[in-house]
Amino acid sequence: MLTTAFALVFFYAPTDADQGIVQKIFYVHVPMAIVALCGFVAGAVLAIAHLRTGDRRWDMRSYVAIHLSIVLAVGVLLTGSIWARQAWGQWFVWDEPMLVVFLIVFLLYATYQPLRFSIEDPEKQARYASVFAITAGAFVPLCFGAVRMAENLTHPQAATMTTSGPASVSQTFLVSLLGMGLLFVTLCKYEMASKNATSKLRSLRRRLAGDDEFGALPTGRSAAPTL
Amino acid sequence: MRQTVAALLAKDLVLELRTREAVPAMVLFSITTYVVFHFGLDRNSIDGDLASGVLWVTVLFAAILGINRLFVAEHEQGGFDGFLLAPVDRTAMFVAKAIALFAFLCVVELLAVPAFAVLLLGPSLGQALPELLLVLLAANAGIAVVGTLVAALAIQTRARDLMVPLLVLPLLVPVVLGAARASAPLLAQGGAGPLPGDWLALLALYDLLFALIAYAVFDFLLED
Repeated sequence: MLTTAFALVFFYAPTDADQGIVQKIFYVHVPMAIVALCGFVAGAVLAIAHLRTGDRRWDMRSYVAIHLSIVLAVGVLLTGSIWARQAWGQWFVWDEPMLVVFLIVFLLYATYQPLRFSIEDPEKQARYASVFAITAGAFVPLCFGAVRMAENLTHPQAATMTTSGPASVSQTFLVSLLGMGLLFVTLCKYEMASKNATSKLRSLRRRLAGDDEFGALPTGRSAAPTL
Repeated sequence: MRQTVAALLAKDLVLELRTREAVPAMVLFSITTYVVFHFGLDRNSIDGDLASGVLWVTVLFAAILGINRLFVAEHEQGGFDGFLLAPVDRTAMFVAKAIALFAFLCVVELLAVPAFAVLLLGPSLGQALPELLLVLLAANAGIAVVGTLVAALAIQTRARDLMVPLLVLPLLVPVVLGAARASAPLLAQGGAGPLPGDWLALLALYDLLFALIAYAVFDFLLED
């Protein structure tokens, strides 16, 4: 799907008249940003599910969603600054609320991993991380809502750009968005599978070691939740 | 609920009056920060945007000191356990702590804002004072709510002093933005301008929203 999207980006969508080839980054940047923000909000929703049910698997899902969204957010900031360098002549523009808000949100979520890392009791870690995920998840739409209200028009809005351009632009954009969303979901699945496999392996090893005195293997501390 | 809150609040205020741990440190820190700004900016007097920025950054950093200390007594001396054993609503702890932090911030500003006016501020504060008070109260409420939540979150972590600023600063950026924009015209050279209502509304909205969120999730921070 993502390959199709990239093929469409390069061969189907028209090249922007005054920005040239760099404008193509739009098809990566914007879907990535949207998916990352949705991932943050999804992390908050999953965290609510964790707190309501007390089931640790929800915490794992919330962790995976936020973890991958952070990775995407790094990508968004990088591609965004490449684009900004070309379009506005600067790597970062401070009077552009969308950029600043995204940076703040990224900085906020960057503390998610250290927070998990610095709580030792796994159950407490899960609960505190969920509280953080909910608070931060509510912070994201609030900030972006405020930005939309403030309406500074320097940053090209995704909606206006897709509706005002020719049809091929919006089609390509939608395909990119879909592709990025599917990529996110697939990565989530993979990470969940790998986490499950690791924890299964660990419990099997523990059983193999039995009541051997040296059976307690050093597992190594990690920010990731364990089941 | 109301009785519990009153009891907890009275305990916090008495503790602060007797030990004088947080508030004097916050005031001293604020005044030192003004001196640092004086040398850092190399200006004898400031006004407008710059003055309001300096004021709010100082308030925010002083607040972080208070937030760091907020739950330390409970954590070190087992107050949490005692509170959990008592048959009362856990949210009472949040309400009491937030009010206590709010009161600390008000006391700090009572001393730090006049000091700011004397040391750094160019135009006199006179007629803009009521409006500035309004902005201060709205911002204090936001800082108190978010600060209490973060303090409760960070108290159980190993690197507590490290986590509080990392968590609080991004979360409070909207408060600083709203407060700084709202108070900039009040501190302008040549007569205070009108108070920008939309920034004040943003502050109020933020306060309300985070009070609700904190109210909802605080229970989970005390379960043990």
